[in-house]
Amino acid sequence: MDLRLSALNYVTSIKNGDFTVEEFIEKTLERIKDVDEKVHAFLQVSDTALENANKIDRRIKSNDKIGKFYGMPISVKDNMCVEGTITTCASKVLENFIAPYTGTAVSRLEFDDAIIIGKTNLDEFAMGLSTEFSAYGPSRNPWNTDFVPGGSSGGSAVSVSANECIASLGSDTGGSIRNPASFCSVVGLKPTYGLVSRYGLISYANSIEQIGPMTRTVEDSAFLLNSISGVDSNDNTTVEKSHHDYLQNIDAGISGKTIGIVSEMTNSDGVSTEVMNATNNSIKTFEKLGANCEEMSLGSVPYAVAAYYTITSTEAGSNLARYDNIRYGYDFDSEGFEFNSYISKARKKLGPEVTRRMILGGFVPSAGYAGKYFLKALKVKSKLTAEINNAFKKFDFLISPTVPIQPFKFGEKIEDPVSFMLIDFNTVTANLTGKPAISVPYENSNGLPIGIQIMANSFEENKLFQAAYALEKTVDLPEVPL
Amino acid sequence: MVKIGLEIHCQLTKLKSKLFCSCKADYREFEPNMNICPICSGIPGSLPLLNQNAVEKATTIAMALNCEIPEKIAFFRKNYFYPDLPKNFQITQLNAYGDTSIGSRGKISINNKEIRIRRIQLEEDPGRLIYEGATERTKITLVDYNRAGTPLVEIVTEPDFENPGEVRIFLNVLSDLLENLGVSDPGLEGAMRADANVSIEGGVKVEIKNIGSFHDLEKAVHFEITRQQSLHERKIEIIQETRHWDDRRKITVSSRSKEEEGEYRYFLESDIPWVNIRSDTKDQLKTTMPENISSKKERYISKYNIAPQVADILASDKYYSELFEKSHSENDAKDIANLITTDLMGLVDTREKRDSSKLLATHLSELVDAIAKKRITRTSAKDILQDMIKTGNSLSVILEKSDLNQISNHDELSKIISDVLLNEENAANEARLKPETINFLVGKVMQKTKGKADPIITLEILKEKLGI
Ligand SMILES: [Zn+2]
Repeated sequence: MDLRLSALNYVTSIKNGDFTVEEFIEKTLERIKDVDEKVHAFLQVSDTALENANKIDRRIKSNDKIGKFYGMPISVKDNMCVEGTITTCASKVLENFIAPYTGTAVSRLEFDDAIIIGKTNLDEFAMGLSTEFSAYGPSRNPWNTDFVPGGSSGGSAVSVSANECIASLGSDTGGSIRNPASFCSVVGLKPTYGLVSRYGLISYANSIEQIGPMTRTVEDSAFLLNSISGVDSNDNTTVEKSHHDYLQNIDAGISGKTIGIVSEMTNSDGVSTEVMNATNNSIKTFEKLGANCEEMSLGSVPYAVAAYYTITSTEAGSNLARYDNIRYGYDFDSEGFEFNSYISKARKKLGPEVTRRMILGGFVPSAGYAGKYFLKALKVKSKLTAEINNAFKKFDFLISPTVPIQPFKFGEKIEDPVSFMLIDFNTVTANLTGKPAISVPYENSNGLPIGIQIMANSFEENKLFQAAYALEKTVDLPEVPL
Repeated sequence: MVKIGLEIHCQLTKLKSKLFCSCKADYREFEPNMNICPICSGIPGSLPLLNQNAVEKATTIAMALNCEIPEKIAFFRKNYFYPDLPKNFQITQLNAYGDTSIGSRGKISINNKEIRIRRIQLEEDPGRLIYEGATERTKITLVDYNRAGTPLVEIVTEPDFENPGEVRIFLNVLSDLLENLGVSDPGLEGAMRADANVSIEGGVKVEIKNIGSFHDLEKAVHFEITRQQSLHERKIEIIQETRHWDDRRKITVSSRSKEEEGEYRYFLESDIPWVNIRSDTKDQLKTTMPENISSKKERYISKYNIAPQVADILASDKYYSELFEKSHSENDAKDIANLITTDLMGLVDTREKRDSSKLLATHLSELVDAIAKKRITRTSAKDILQDMIKTGNSLSVILEKSDLNQISNHDELSKIISDVLLNEENAANEARLKPETINFLVGKVMQKTKGKADPIITLEILKEKLGI
């Protein structure tokens, strides 16, 4: 039994009776036991997984109708509520928060008979891109454990990459799915805003974030999206999906399609030589596949990171305001506390990055400064959206490296917040404009992965998968050395 | 000149559910924290789900107050810390970035004066803090989120009032209007709250918050004008500030806490998509909107020849006008109107009395009919009404039980009157000399018949017997 199976192959094997769900889950749990102390993908591993596997096996034996995941182990980023489980957001503030309900994306997976194998590590409240800001210690890159796995959905990427599960759900506010997907050599999709319900996702910057699949293959990504997408009565921002089966025609190819190479994201100083080379190779591949590639410009991209941090900090300052020690994280005596010192003490459990953004979030939208910062950021957002909408009149896809650099070592970047923020340079545009974007593993240089990002117009995930699938079929990447 | 502006918060108590979840809008019956869910208690990961009925009710209010209604409305977050606020922000509306609140620039007239409405917004009520031991200085403060998320409409006026009397009239008109629209029950405790801002000639604007009832609002405004005028006379500067109404001492007190000063970091609530207020929805609401109070009043006067004061009382009170509408016919409208405003009014003047009343519209028409046919006297009508309210019995049942049929039989009355005249010889003699004193004798006859004697026939017989 091979734990490296894709989701689709897993389903075939279960249907063929190659092994039982229980056998697979048992082996998965052993794998987690073996490797997770090295990579720390999980904050929590399910203690009911085996029992659930057994139940599904019995249903299979009695020829009951089984959901399309057939007991497949899927991990979930620990900022999504699963009823009865502690949901921490990798923060000390929520270390005892037991979710009283299950969010929509997870419950749709469960409805289709997935087994939620555990909750994965992240940067505290999804703020970060290396998992170094997790209050429970960082996750490690399975390709080389001296290196960060990316983030904030680092634990999810690691769990798939290190064969601790078949797929995972991450969330992406400014690249949090695509960045660790690129760093860990998995497929990561940030769907169009509104395609996947956010009900149960603990908000960080609610106007731009989405839940999305992190998988071994592009097909698996489509397979998971089929289950989790679509309108949800618990999230007023969701819309009816236009495609009911993203797997259909996924192999249609991209012959004759036009691809724009976003020059701001591809030819800037911030892009490393290895990443630049990989990107150029991918362009040649796309051309070989019959697509017409052309360099193009999105003029507002250089302002996107600043706009992104301004908007997300504003929303974070509001979304996290409820963690005020009255209802969450309560552990000290309020006796004698004057208001301001009470609030500052109440929030002492928040880590450094969250604190930084809460402070920024209290400032940039405040009276007297909103015009200079927050409202200007909104202008960049709408200008960028107009630019990208215009670009999609001409191009089917826009491509760039997912991240301008390869994984870095722990502690290497954390001391310089601004250069840290610039790592998001290529990913934030999809969030600010609501467009879908996918990171596809493309190369491996010096033992570390490089991913290529493809963006498409809103709700054109089917096309996006076709391009990603075509690219994926051209690569032959090594096995993870773990 | 004194300038007074108002901010009125009115709960949409007639809605079934809260503004963003399916918990009950009527939270008053529940034990603390038993009318909550992940959404209204701000549990992480929950999202607000807009109650479309609340948008409709608010639209109706905006239309009734002659406001401009935008094509699209949006919601904003007002960020501030307070323990009764589960998310530490309130979802409300804002006009700072264009008109996106449910209503703008409306007007309503009171006593021939026009009061301008600046803005109407739809928003959520916070929860409630309960200070154990009933003082604000006790150690323990309890939080009850049952009220959190209750739909509120905030109505902001321009500073068009010049004295507390106008404020009172406006509040009466407004609460009658809201009740008439069927959106709110202003009589419910806490359903209507208000803040006021007050400035005197040459002064600055002072806000008064925390006014729990309309009754106190008038008092608070009066106090504040007097305070500012006396400062002005003594040449002491009036400070622009927020003051609280101290309910027990009946004075306004300066709020010292800095954190209440308005730094709310307003921004768009993107969890709630913009809502289109379609013109066909507005048309639909307009046709189903209850008749407004002033046109109702006009109709009562012109169609039934009802006196203006009577028509005013009837039209502005939803309970009375509903009774009237259900009970009257073309012929007895005026009598029913009079019966309601003279006899019934004192009997059902509180919410509790109305709630427990068993009176039906048919009771009123029966009663008016019986008076017209002289089966009962006008005097006994009130006793019968009281009985109807208490028991819900029909007129015939009540008459059978208590023998309140009017004595209009000539012979029977004649015998009674003879007896009275025998006992009241002095009065009879006086009446012969001074006919205006005859009322004393009529009163005696009424006393003897327990009010059942027909007063007109009684008077005729008395005059006949006394030879006047
Ligand atoms: Zn609720």
